[in-house]
Amino acid sequence: MKLRFLSIFAAVALVAACESAPEDTGAKAGGGQAPATAAKPSIVPGSEQDFIANVGDRVFFDFDKYNLRSDAKASLDKQVAWLKKYPNYALTIEGHCDERGTREYNLALGERRANSVKEYMVANGLPASRVKTISYGKERPVALGSNEAAWSQNRRGVTVLGK
Amino acid sequence: MLKRLRLAVALLAVAVIGAAVPAAAEVRIDITRGHMRPLPIAIPEFFGGELKDQQMGRDIARVVAADLERSGLFKPVDPRAFIQTVSSLQVGPRFADWRQINAEALVSGTVQTAADGRMRVEFHLWDVLTEEQMTGLGYTASPAGWRRVAHLIADAIYKRITGEDGYFDTQVVYVSESGPKNDRKKRLAIMDQDGENHKFLTDGAELVLTPRFSPTAREITYMSYYKGTPRVYILQIDTARRELLGDFPGMTFAPRFSPDGNKVIMSLAMDGNTEIYEMNLMTRQKRRLTNNPYIDTSPSYSPDGQRVVFNSDRGGAQQLYTMDADGSNVQRISYGDGRYATPVWSPRGDLIAFTKMKGGEFFIGVMRPDGSEERLLTQGFLVEGPTWAPNGRVLAFWKETPSDERGRGMSTKLYTIDLTGYNERQAVTPLDGSDPAWSPLIP
Repeated sequence: MKLRFLSIFAAVALVAACESAPEDTGAKAGGGQAPATAAKPSIVPGSEQDFIANVGDRVFFDFDKYNLRSDAKASLDKQVAWLKKYPNYALTIEGHCDERGTREYNLALGERRANSVKEYMVANGLPASRVKTISYGKERPVALGSNEAAWSQNRRGVTVLGK
Repeated sequence: MLKRLRLAVALLAVAVIGAAVPAAAEVRIDITRGHMRPLPIAIPEFFGGELKDQQMGRDIARVVAADLERSGLFKPVDPRAFIQTVSSLQVGPRFADWRQINAEALVSGTVQTAADGRMRVEFHLWDVLTEEQMTGLGYTASPAGWRRVAHLIADAIYKRITGEDGYFDTQVVYVSESGPKNDRKKRLAIMDQDGENHKFLTDGAELVLTPRFSPTAREITYMSYYKGTPRVYILQIDTARRELLGDFPGMTFAPRFSPDGNKVIMSLAMDGNTEIYEMNLMTRQKRRLTNNPYIDTSPSYSPDGQRVVFNSDRGGAQQLYTMDADGSNVQRISYGDGRYATPVWSPRGDLIAFTKMKGGEFFIGVMRPDGSEERLLTQGFLVEGPTWAPNGRVLAFWKETPSDERGRGMSTKLYTIDLTGYNERQAVTPLDGSDPAWSPLIP
């Protein structure tokens, strides 16, 4: 019984991994998180894909830190400019952490990171009422490895567009 | 469904055959010393006249032996070595037969079903060397409650021989985990301390974290992302009734009950800042206990309810602090290298267990409430979240293994370890598991 469960979940994990593998790149447009090199003609300006591919929806943090690095501020400047141009989107800022901390502390740290992003956006002219925050601590990694390359991708603040 | 509270487990007779006289050479385990030789104990199947009772007697003896073996303090003797038969044992132990196979303690027992369908279970614990009875007890229960009876017997044997309360008639609630690393399905699950009677309490539709028992073990406080909003809830185990705890203006998390069950202490995160609050469950009054721009979280009461240990980065990095239950008289207690987290006060009051991070590794350790006598018990890529068995002698925690860039290799498993740092064992769960919380002894 237990073995059967394990093999099913192992299979799921492998399928998921294959889908995000970089083979067959031409067939998949709008993959999401990779920094786009150029706007594809299929992306509608002002769409969520436009925001993710051409502006970038996330900023990264140093280990156990929540202050915005200069690259994060530059990225948020672009985000704020785009969001001012398309004022109909409400925003949720997700705060995330890497796996090298404890669960409860990371919930608090993720809250700080999300709030850092929000404060920067509000200081640069977005109305506070438009920006919500949520912390996921270390519960929602995007990079799966247990190494610094993955952890640096997981220590992030993500701007999620809503209506 | 097993309604534990309604199980009629009545303790009928203490010292069935006379009071035990403690002898100088009595069988005894001093569990404070650690890594001692496990005591050889013979636990033959309990005698039953009817076929049904025989089967029950076999099952009870097996569960008792497994409980005692898992503690690391006892070594059940292989039943194939037994010389005296189960039926002749009812007349009285032939101690020479048990000495010959090197048993130092012996358990004899009987199972009998009464006319009303309830079963009567009795056992005697014998000191094989002094040939004296150490204890004898009887229990009446519905047959469905046989596992509890077995755990109660194991607790009685453990207590008689070690002098400490047992912890076998207990449950563990934890977060069951499954699925790929970037899409883990997390569900609350509950099971007996030995992994039996496993049951899921939530369906995995939303992220749930950090379940903790109330002192009656019939409620759990935990955190859920129900409807996308992270909040602390209380779940009634028997009715599955779930209640949102308070209308706080932000994320609430890291909840724990007070020892009297009248309060829940937790963290509230608002505008980036995390403070500790208590909520009185009777009056529904909220009280803020910390007030500063730093992270204050993972609060845990001392067993007398007078003090709280918690985790804060107010000193520049994560350290452990204690304060009075009203938030006054704050003292930093951890001063070692590294970061400290998830402090939990022992039910005995003498120690605080914690997670420590240092040099890229995680540790589970204990220290005195004043921060002295720090001892690290185990370490790994990630070990986290200790929880105390009710006798304060054993800890459960979880261990996570690293994964490659595709998430392969990751597993999260529950473990137990002695306070002495020995006898580390994996607890078997149907899927992966994290965030264990050990119940008090079931009332």
